[in-house]
Amino acid sequence: VDVSPESLKEDGRPKWDNKFQYILSCIGFAVGLGNVWRFPYLCQIHGGGAFLIPYFIALIFEGIPLLHLELALGQRLRKGSIGAWNTISPYLGGVGVGSWMVSVLVSLYYNTVLTWVMWYFINSFQEPLPWSVCPLNENRTGLNEECYESTAVNYFWYRKTLNITPDVTENGTLQWWLVLCLAACWGIVYLCTIRGIETTGKAIYVTAIFPYLVLTIFLIHGLTLPGATEGLAYLFTPNLNVLKNPRVWLDAATQIFFSLSLAFGGLIAFSSYNPPKNDCEKDAVTVAIVNCMTSLYASIPVFSVLGFKATTGYWDCLDRNIISIINKFDLPEQSIMRQNYTTWIRLLNSSYPEKIAGLKLKSCDLQEFLDQSVSGTGLAFIVFTQAVILMPGSQAWAILFFIMLFSLGLSSMFGNIEGVFTPLLELQIISKSTPKELISGIICLISFLIALCFTLGSGSYWIDIFDSYAGSLPLLVLAFFEVIGIAYVYNIKRFSKDVKWMTGRQPNLYWQITWRFISPLLLLIVFVAFVALQIQKPPSYAAWNPKYEDFPMKEEKVYPPWVLAICVLLAVLPCIFVPLVALFHLIKRMLGSKDPSSVPPEVFSCHGANS
Amino acid sequence: YAWDANEEYLFKAMVAFAMRRYSSKSTTQISNVLLCNVTDRVSFWFVVTDSTKNVTTVPGSEVEAAIRMNRNRINSAFLLNDKTLQFLEISSTLSPPVEPSTPVWLIVFGVVLCLTVAGIVFLIVSGIQRHKKKNKESSETENLEEKCEVTITIENGIPCETLDSKAGHINGVYAADDERFTSL
Repeated sequence: VDVSPESLKEDGRPKWDNKFQYILSCIGFAVGLGNVWRFPYLCQIHGGGAFLIPYFIALIFEGIPLLHLELALGQRLRKGSIGAWNTISPYLGGVGVGSWMVSVLVSLYYNTVLTWVMWYFINSFQEPLPWSVCPLNENRTGLNEECYESTAVNYFWYRKTLNITPDVTENGTLQWWLVLCLAACWGIVYLCTIRGIETTGKAIYVTAIFPYLVLTIFLIHGLTLPGATEGLAYLFTPNLNVLKNPRVWLDAATQIFFSLSLAFGGLIAFSSYNPPKNDCEKDAVTVAIVNCMTSLYASIPVFSVLGFKATTGYWDCLDRNIISIINKFDLPEQSIMRQNYTTWIRLLNSSYPEKIAGLKLKSCDLQEFLDQSVSGTGLAFIVFTQAVILMPGSQAWAILFFIMLFSLGLSSMFGNIEGVFTPLLELQIISKSTPKELISGIICLISFLIALCFTLGSGSYWIDIFDSYAGSLPLLVLAFFEVIGIAYVYNIKRFSKDVKWMTGRQPNLYWQITWRFISPLLLLIVFVAFVALQIQKPPSYAAWNPKYEDFPMKEEKVYPPWVLAICVLLAVLPCIFVPLVALFHLIKRMLGSKDPSSVPPEVFSCHGANS
Repeated sequence: YAWDANEEYLFKAMVAFAMRRYSSKSTTQISNVLLCNVTDRVSFWFVVTDSTKNVTTVPGSEVEAAIRMNRNRINSAFLLNDKTLQFLEISSTLSPPVEPSTPVWLIVFGVVLCLTVAGIVFLIVSGIQRHKKKNKESSETENLEEKCEVTITIENGIPCETLDSKAGHINGVYAADDERFTSL
């Protein structure tokens, strides 16, 4: 980075204070909640250590090439996603608009997840933790029924936090405590993004580095907990048979793709603030590898704690059985311990089988406890909170855990907001004299008002819908068109020349092959497999219904048609811009083809380099 | 501590105490409480007799009610709690959890919100001050800026010069692009 500052200032574009800020922002954007609560789950259900094989293959052939592509694109053209793709070719402008649309949709619901994290955080200062005890019912004769039948942790999440309705069609009312937390979250996002990268650049030092500190603390503490080794062994024991299942490869490819936050336009926005001569190739490899290492690093404390929770559950089960046996047979205290439980059971079963059967003992199996794997919000708000209650000093651990989740999510939010903010600044609709503070304020205010929908009783169902449909399929489509656009419309040779101008060396064979053939092919296969899997069964969701006969099991319900229409709309809306914009320009060109001032596409790249 | 005859004596005393407090007649003596079937696990049955009514046993419901009322005292006499000293078929009444007058979470939320609002106000005010200072300076440097723009197109731009050889028209939309300096 040896460009003189004066020529940069002339450009008028804001810039990073230093390279470290830029790398940290990209890492913070890529490293999000998914690294903590999705990767360990996938690792566990897909054969432990064996999952790393398809994961790293997907990283090398899909993740790193696409990442390099986006960073190089933004750095060369020095524009946000909409401007950059318009510059590449007006026909590809739809890709930029689609990316912008996805960033908008994701920002809306992502901050609501942070609202939940903040709610748990501010509730962690109580003694005892509010999710550890069940509240009493009205006449104080016993525990609240819903809480008693499920667990206190479940009750706190589904009733006290979400106040969830039994059906997605029942909207419920706005939960005032969530509205307050949502306002606070959007306030914090506004505070950090108020002047674009000028303020996020300062905030990222805290939000990107702090999670690593907390993960290390949890790692050290987690490894000292009893049962941690069982959890880790369960996580990492490789089962190479799973590699025969194509589902595993699909999950690895999609996980890499979504984990690196590709096709959001946020990475293009971040790199557009770079000086033009910057080694984007090294940056891309660095960010991708740090992201993967973070996933691995995060799964260790997560699974130590899960192993601890499973072991504690197993011991509790054993203890309850031991107490009932001792009571029934009037044996002296301490005669049956956990170690000789199995021998005692066998002895008693052979001598008094009817008595044992009459006790209705629950079978305690450690594997069964370990098998209760969850991902997503269930992991953070139900399983982990339950584990935290069992640790001494639970308030401190809960506070640390939720601040860590909040920082992880916040740094990803910066990328999302930047993906919305930067293209808007470059569009002609906003005059140059409006201060940035006002624009970011309006964006945050509008997003807050729309996101109020997610604080309704049915909000969590809607967030699942947004997550599955808006935050998944369109990204694959947009990334596919990104690679095809650069490789074949803009021409890979010209792009390689641009990259050589920026980094000082020609992209080698690996980049050429992946950009031209492997990545588009891989994306196409993943897209087709993804869609095929989705349409195999009608989309359903699991509803929390206290009146369900199998309560506390969740009730499987099918989406009504109008909700399905919204799902399809969410998935199709960002993608539709790609053909729409191309069609628009085609028609404009055909209508205006008699005009001699129309230009062939190559000249656009000249002006792209000039800006 | 080991369970011996003295502990049994204490237990009889506590039950008698409970009966006295419950029925508020001071006729129950320690000798009215009878223990039987004592096992090593320390479990036993006990009955309370009523000496005024010809040595009949007090109904179980009365004993239950008495024990329930004084459970706390009985537990603390033995340094045990509801889980470690179990009376079969006497469920403990649950004490309501302590609720402070303002929920704790509201206080923490207030702190977080105040910090956020303070930060936002500070940044907006400093932004306005910077804007005012820039406005004063920009009117002086207006002339200089135009010269700088010309130099950019010459210094920058390898691609533009290499493509210069191609015959092409400058697209009016892009040439009229006069976005220069984003005002802060």
